Amino acid sequence: MSTFEYAPAPESRAVVDIAPSHGLFIGGEFRPAADGKVFKTVSPASEEVLSEVAWAGEADVDAAVAAARAAFPAWSALPGAERGKYLFRIARLLQEHSRELAVLETLDNGKPIRESRDVDLPLVAAHFFYYAGWADKLRYAGFGDAPRPLGVAAQVIPWNFPLLMLAWKIAPALATGNTVVLKPAETTPLTALRFAEICVQAGLPAGVVNIVTGDGATGAALVGHEGVDKVAFTGSTEVGRAIARTVAGTRKKLTLELGGKAANIVFDDAPLDQAVEGVVNGIFFNQGHVCCAGSRLLVQESVADELLDALKRRMATLRVGDPLDKNTDVGAINSAAQLARIEELTAAGEAEGAERWSPPCELPSTGYWFAPTLFTGVTQAHRVAREEIFGPVLSVLTFRTPDEAVAKANNTPYGLSAGIWTEKGSRILWMANRLRAGVIWSNTFNKFDPTSPFGGYRESGYGREGGRHGLEAYLDA
Amino acid sequence: MLSRPPSPSPAAAPGLADVTASDAALRRFLHGLPGVDAVGLDARAATLRTRSIKTTSKAFAIDLAIRMIDLTTLEGADTPGKVRSLCAKGAAPDPTDRDTPAVAAICVYPDLVTTAVQALRGTGIKVASVATAFPAGRAARDVKLADTRQAVADGADEIDMVIDRGAFLSGRYLAVFEEIAAVREACGGAHLKVILENGELATYDAIRRASWLAMLAGADFIKTSTGKVGVNATPPNTLLMLEAVRDFRAATGRQVGVKAAGGIRTTKDALAYLVLVNETAGPDWLSPDWFRLGASSLLNDLLMQRQKLRTGSYSGPDYVTVD
Amino acid sequence: MPERSGKQSEKQSGKQSEKQSEQRRLAVLKTYKLYVGGAFPRSESGRVYEVTDASGRWLANAPLASRKDARNAVVAARKAFPRWSGATAYNRGQVLYRVAEMLEGRREQFRAEVADAEGLSAPKARAAVDAAIDRWVWYAGWTDKVAQVAGAANPVAGPYFNLSTPEPTGVVVVFAPQESSLLGLVSVLAPVLATGCTAVVVAAERAPLPALSLAEVLATSDVPGGVVNVLSGRVAELGPPLAAHGDVDALDLTGAGPEATALEAEAAGTLKRVRRPRPDEDWTADPGTGRLLWPLETKTVWHPMGV
Repeated sequence: MSTFEYAPAPESRAVVDIAPSHGLFIGGEFRPAADGKVFKTVSPASEEVLSEVAWAGEADVDAAVAAARAAFPAWSALPGAERGKYLFRIARLLQEHSRELAVLETLDNGKPIRESRDVDLPLVAAHFFYYAGWADKLRYAGFGDAPRPLGVAAQVIPWNFPLLMLAWKIAPALATGNTVVLKPAETTPLTALRFAEICVQAGLPAGVVNIVTGDGATGAALVGHEGVDKVAFTGSTEVGRAIARTVAGTRKKLTLELGGKAANIVFDDAPLDQAVEGVVNGIFFNQGHVCCAGSRLLVQESVADELLDALKRRMATLRVGDPLDKNTDVGAINSAAQLARIEELTAAGEAEGAERWSPPCELPSTGYWFAPTLFTGVTQAHRVAREEIFGPVLSVLTFRTPDEAVAKANNTPYGLSAGIWTEKGSRILWMANRLRAGVIWSNTFNKFDPTSPFGGYRESGYGREGGRHGLEAYLDA
Repeated sequence: MLSRPPSPSPAAAPGLADVTASDAALRRFLHGLPGVDAVGLDARAATLRTRSIKTTSKAFAIDLAIRMIDLTTLEGADTPGKVRSLCAKGAAPDPTDRDTPAVAAICVYPDLVTTAVQALRGTGIKVASVATAFPAGRAARDVKLADTRQAVADGADEIDMVIDRGAFLSGRYLAVFEEIAAVREACGGAHLKVILENGELATYDAIRRASWLAMLAGADFIKTSTGKVGVNATPPNTLLMLEAVRDFRAATGRQVGVKAAGGIRTTKDALAYLVLVNETAGPDWLSPDWFRLGASSLLNDLLMQRQKLRTGSYSGPDYVTVD
Repeated sequence: MPERSGKQSEKQSGKQSEKQSEQRRLAVLKTYKLYVGGAFPRSESGRVYEVTDASGRWLANAPLASRKDARNAVVAARKAFPRWSGATAYNRGQVLYRVAEMLEGRREQFRAEVADAEGLSAPKARAAVDAAIDRWVWYAGWTDKVAQVAGAANPVAGPYFNLSTPEPTGVVVVFAPQESSLLGLVSVLAPVLATGCTAVVVAAERAPLPALSLAEVLATSDVPGGVVNVLSGRVAELGPPLAAHGDVDALDLTGAGPEATALEAEAAGTLKRVRRPRPDEDWTADPGTGRLLWPLETKTVWHPMGV
């Protein structure tokens, strides 16, 4: 060897033991679907079938909601401190199983092990730990002296952060005294089912957490079920709209965390090297499968060339490949369907006249892959500037003044997040005041913490997850 | 006293000669460099720290790290005997395996340069000498220059100078620039490594400015630290200096090296620094000509890891020599 | 069946021999020590005092700490403050929860010690220990929430961002309640730690043993050395130097008894924050947030908003 190439450094798969088939978790037990239907879940990096999973139909959803309903009176009547102790147990068990869960997440989802190990799993455990502490402190949360839970929560989560989205949903719901029926995404059911086993190990009363696997039809049956009091959904804006229509006129309280088209705004006095890192992290973290991804780079014209050169240089060092390799930065696209959507939108970008660039990068021959991609010469009218791509594709636009930056950043029906890069503190706060987005990162991006509320404006959804604010979604407040 | 207008050094920084034309111009230039966000820099260094270097790449990196070492002894108790023994170690680090590469240089105090030169004759290993009233640098300029000239006259190939941190922190950038330029001149054909002493500069912004200042004044290398203060080389401050040499070459065409010194004791540390070089400045810097590790105890850990790779069994401190 | 009964008899005979050896065996008594800076020293004065149970039976000797021990404890607490207050709230919460985990594993020991110390029946001692464990859990959950409850974004009339956040005051001297040797102690100590303060505890004078044993739990619970320092001795001797000490930021006088007023007056010299003793505090009641808020300082940051 004459150059410093990193030899393969795969994380061991031996820590996980994937059963060939998985049942639904209803009333504290695993069981097949009532009609026996199953579907396969594959590793997007290799297209290897990982396991067969039960496909929940209406009867199963019905059983799960009934189990959650049956568990609700006792669970909600439990003293907060005791409920909290269950959640602390779960947090500790998650910490103990974190490497196993990280490997399982990476296998089922395609995200790099470095991210599942260093980002997803620590946040998952921390989320349960944080909300565990709230269970006996609800009267201090600002929602009244004795806030009441809602009842049975129907929760539908996406495939981009399977276990983390589960934690964001289940931890606050349980802390406030609700019981839940959660449907993980069709392509990433495995960590949720492993989580069910952790609930059993923690001694959680049967029926408090129920996991039903399936596809969109399963999710629709769940959110439409008469027996649920609360619906929480994270996913696409299109499905979010449909759910909002479904629950209209019912008693169901609804929170939605939907799509985004975030602007990452770089001023000419930004800390440039860190801005480059932030832009890269903003769009290539988790293959760009992030609802709050910084998919639009808005750069001040006076520094645009310098920033783009630095960005391309940095993109050339991104290591794309085997998600289980500890040195991989960008893993596999989660599914063939998602890959097709990314390909369709990038083709549109080229057809509309934007200039496409990717660093030289060898992609594996099996699995679903897409090279980190940059579009320059993008205008506000291009589809790649307006539509959520949900992939490793960055559209670069320029601006001249702060007002113009604000106008362009806000010029979207979405409003989930935004980034501001400048060393001038007063400008950060001025911009933050004007940007219509639920989370504003300044001189950083894609940061998450259980104590910090997350959620969108406008078509990015409503309600907040995380922090004290995240309790409201599950309280009769 | 009127300070002599500094001679713009076009050789040091082609295209940037005018930025050192006056104190004001130099200040404007240094303060116009992009700021450094400390949290972001630390986070990037921490991420690169998670790179996993295994098998063939580990073997390659261990040998490269050995070849990059400035094997150092800078103690008040140093003697010719100690220096000769260190030189022998540097030339043949592992007596059980003659394929082990030699280190880049032996780094000593000026009065021991003669000893080192004699001991290293014919080995190809460089003699590096600290100079300019190392480590504090608190001496008159004439003394610092005489210190430098003596070391060079005695045969030092490389001079590790310290900057005047007091002048830098009080904003007298041109004074620092002039002193570096004067030492550069006193070095003659010897390579000049300029020690910034990052621990005393305290902020990342100051480290970036000092890096550019040293390069503008003609540094062949910029070096993190003396090893004599609380904070020495750290992954983030080295990463920052690697960005500086990368950007300086892009601006001027001249390539400057980086030396990380102090506190690098384990193979894991050394490999982490090579990853920083590889992914920040790039492969052009992955050679002893452009990156050095100033260390004393690091070498034996590298040798033990090397033995582990060769034999498959963990080695112990009694299987490497203590010099 | 015969096999089974054979096993049983074997088990029984095993028990018998165990009992016999128990009768022959002389118990190893514990030497109780102070806890200062993560170590377990004897008092520098070389003194001890006799600790008895409610009926006057001798239990053990406890170190009779001196003013120099108090001084050492303050030095240790101050040294530990930057790291403990600088740790993330999440980390502090994990550490306090770890204390609960470790205490849970030593319930039997503490039940016995608390029963002896306070003259409680076994069920009452059990209840006190269980409540003490749950109190650690309660405060573990507060570390990362107190700022959310006690802080505020203030809508000032002008183009300014204005944020108030609580910060720990520093080194807190805690005079532990005299009548509740473990639950009372945990109830006053845990909130001080949750906020990020470090503590010097003066244990209950007549019943210091549970406090000295709690130090052993803290030492094995990821609580950094010096964050908690435990002294046993006389309030009348330790109180004045601690109340006058220039490097102590706050006093919790809950267990200071008749000395409380004098100590509060002494503390006025350096304007220490003081929490006065309250008559008949019920340690089994819901602790609320009062003990969490008193050792906090509020810091308000102004920053202009402008392009």
